Amino acid sequence: MVVMNPTGDIAIQERNLILIATGLMLLVIVPVIALTIIFALRYRKGRNPHAYDPHFDHSTKIELVIWTVPLAIIACLGVITWTSTHKLDPFRPLDRISATRPLPDNVKPLDIQVVAMDWKWLFIYPAQGIATVNELELPVDVPVRFSITSTSQMNTFYAPTLAGMIYAMPGMKSMLHAVLNAPGDSWGYSGNYTGAGYQDMRFQLHGVDQNGFERWVARVKSSTDELSTARYLDLDQPSEKVSVMHFSRIAEGIFDRAVNRCIRPGMPCIADVMAKDQATDRGNGPMSSATHEAPMHDATTHASH
Amino acid sequence: MHEQGFTHAPLGRLTLESLPLHEPILIGTFLGVAALGLLVIAALTWFRKWGWLWREWLTSVDHKKIGIMYVVLGIIMLLRGFSDALMMRAQQAVAFGANQGYLPASHYDQIFTAHGTIMIFFVAIPLVVGLVNFVMPLQIGARDVAFPYLNNLSFWLTAAGAMLTMVSLFVGEFARTGWLSYAPLAELPYSPDTGVDYYLWSLEIAGIGTTLSAVNMVATIIKMRAPGMTLMKMPVFTWTALCSNVLAVAIFPALTAAFFLLILDRYAGTQFFTNELGGSPMMYWNMVWIWGHPEVYVLVLPAFGIYSEITSTFTGKRLFGYSSMVYATLVITILSYLVWLHHFFTMGSGASVNSFFGIATMIIAIPTGAKVFNWLFTMYRGEIRFELPMMWVVAFMLTFVVGGMTGVLLAVPAADFVLHNSLFLVAHFHNTIIGGVVFGLFAGMSYWFPKAFGFRMDEFWGKVAFWGWVIGYWVAWTPIYIVGLMGVPRRVHHLDDASLQPYFVVAALGAVIILIGILGFVMSIVMGIVRREALRDATGDPWGGRTLEWSTSSPPPAYNFAFQPVVHELDAWHDMKENGYQRPTSGFHPVHMPRNTAAGIYVAALCLVFGFSMIWYIWWLAEISAVGAVLASILHTFNYHRDYFIPKDEIALTEDERTRALAEVA
Repeated sequence: MVVMNPTGDIAIQERNLILIATGLMLLVIVPVIALTIIFALRYRKGRNPHAYDPHFDHSTKIELVIWTVPLAIIACLGVITWTSTHKLDPFRPLDRISATRPLPDNVKPLDIQVVAMDWKWLFIYPAQGIATVNELELPVDVPVRFSITSTSQMNTFYAPTLAGMIYAMPGMKSMLHAVLNAPGDSWGYSGNYTGAGYQDMRFQLHGVDQNGFERWVARVKSSTDELSTARYLDLDQPSEKVSVMHFSRIAEGIFDRAVNRCIRPGMPCIADVMAKDQATDRGNGPMSSATHEAPMHDATTHASH
Repeated sequence: MHEQGFTHAPLGRLTLESLPLHEPILIGTFLGVAALGLLVIAALTWFRKWGWLWREWLTSVDHKKIGIMYVVLGIIMLLRGFSDALMMRAQQAVAFGANQGYLPASHYDQIFTAHGTIMIFFVAIPLVVGLVNFVMPLQIGARDVAFPYLNNLSFWLTAAGAMLTMVSLFVGEFARTGWLSYAPLAELPYSPDTGVDYYLWSLEIAGIGTTLSAVNMVATIIKMRAPGMTLMKMPVFTWTALCSNVLAVAIFPALTAAFFLLILDRYAGTQFFTNELGGSPMMYWNMVWIWGHPEVYVLVLPAFGIYSEITSTFTGKRLFGYSSMVYATLVITILSYLVWLHHFFTMGSGASVNSFFGIATMIIAIPTGAKVFNWLFTMYRGEIRFELPMMWVVAFMLTFVVGGMTGVLLAVPAADFVLHNSLFLVAHFHNTIIGGVVFGLFAGMSYWFPKAFGFRMDEFWGKVAFWGWVIGYWVAWTPIYIVGLMGVPRRVHHLDDASLQPYFVVAALGAVIILIGILGFVMSIVMGIVRREALRDATGDPWGGRTLEWSTSSPPPAYNFAFQPVVHELDAWHDMKENGYQRPTSGFHPVHMPRNTAAGIYVAALCLVFGFSMIWYIWWLAEISAVGAVLASILHTFNYHRDYFIPKDEIALTEDERTRALAEVA
């Protein structure tokens, strides 16, 4: 029951939310099931003839109760929903390492850029200058900031032990903030069906300590494979059951170009096209607006996060 | 038009290769279906029943016969959709580790797509529309629906869509995109073959039928109620039928438009839902779910109506809290428009938007909860007779509340982040659709079967059907809930982790138990027909019913009621019985009735040909059939022989026969 036994703080909070919500609802579900069985037995024809009252079809008291009980439970759940949705919003930076440990000062989250391809995962570590396919190495207790996109299809980026899922979408950048609190091997996948190779579009997830992470980075750095533009385009061709790959160097700005769909030479970047469209629009019609000054680098509705 | 892959050959892209001659499973299925079809054709010819079938059924505009035809269509398609389910369960039960199972991914992906599409569009919708068609006009004391010809056309368009889906089994292939054919996967670059086109044209044709039918039902309920039946004296089933069809009128155009834009993308080179040139796949997701979520209530509201009618009949009581039941239905109707985004919380709409849609979804649980309590307190101090329909109601209450609970759980966005697209989600919606809609449809079919045919279903086999479905449901879906919590996603046809296998084996066993339930249901009809003399009901009111459909004979005469009933109270028929109602036996008038027409079947057949030729790029045939369908519709408007009067002598004869039958029983 990996969803119920995660090792990442975000996923743990999501698990707790499931337990709390289920517990709250059982407060009304259990009595309903019990009453259904009791009434079905007690008022069976012939069992209890004196109780029969064909005209009992209204009672203000009972109706008040049957509307207010669900209302009260949903009100509690609504409050929980509002707060938990804001707190666990994947775009929101973390404010703690775990339930017992606050976020240390000046800690910088580890940046990882995720590109979903048909049908494999590309992970780029920009600060380390490395990239992998289908292998995600995370140092334990370090906040991670994922920037996520996709090259062709709608995928969800999901590692059940780490945190809930978020869509990887072509031409968009979504984000996920998470932290892993225990070392160990696990896995992740795309939850959204994308055709032939979807089913094996899985990645390994390794939680390691800081030293282990540095050793791993050094190992990836020793790889002879490099993620050039040409290599990226080659990688982006549909392929199935792809094994782990390591890239010791990455082409400059490759993730931003992936988001803007302009890796292939000659393709205009979405952000540039939008900026140009806005420039042409300026002063020519109702579309013009001074608020769109900045080029839409993220090409996403989530830029404000 | 972008030329890529388009052909101008006389048969388009249809070649011998399009026939699945290399797929033994499909050849076997084809031979089975062909043998069955030949048998039916031979029987119809041998017994000289073609003329009867054409005149009395296929061209009929009688709402009762159209309703029955819808139900027959739904049951036939249920067998198809359930075969798909069995194949999936069998594949998932064996495909672990080195064993890849017996289905290649390309076939498995078609099966889960076809299963979902068929079960919603060609099983649930026809069964719901069929029951509404049959029962609702009788409940409101009407003689037919507002637009009888349109009703026949709607049925045939739905049937044409179903047939087109079935054709994909043997000519070409069906979509491999999931039951909503999400963009961009359903766009030409990712799905170039005929599958998505079969999907789109089948559902466009059937969707037009459903929309027209919904318009028809709304008009009927608003305009054709018996004198005295004010809105707040309408039977609950009619209320739910009204809300369901109002919803359908509002949402089906959104789906039709979304599919049409996708068709333009695939045929005309537009980029509405592609990744390029400003296209937005997310727009497609929004549009299909603006249809998709209210659609759940289009199906389940009439089921709620069925439970209400049955509970009140078999407890011998008026429904507890009638008006709160009506208001709950209305609240659900309105709220169902405001929740579609919960199908993709994980798209990152932002915390406030997600919270809004999450809380709106939960609020639906309040009126739904009130409904459950209302049924509960109808049972309270009742005199419950556990006939088959009532057994289904109790099974529904015990099953559906769990599905409701997991539904509210999924409505909490942060919980959904870990459950979205998992088998937990799949278990949830089967819990509500089987426990809510399917149980309700079986309850309704067993309840109104004697009204339609004049005899009951066989009770033993009916109980086999009941226990098969109820036990089978729990055995099949409990393990799926569990593996969902283990992080198994939906739509996979093979798993590496062999420790999960026992769960899928149990689930497959559950599916076999449900199969027993389905066969039991078929047998309860077959044995009902065999034992019809013993099971006959001459009174027209076998259960001690409370609403007007039980006041007429079983099966009702073509004109339903010799005199239009006058309504004074809720539960009009119960009220009439209480007050010593005397059935009039003389003084009949001629009754004005609509005349049968073959126009609907012709138009739908042309639409079927049009859909098929568009799928295969047979442009000349598409042009001819499209023009033909429009011309046939226009020509029908010049048909001035649309109605006739049933002479009063004929009515007197029919009614005298009923008088004799009633006297015999008494």
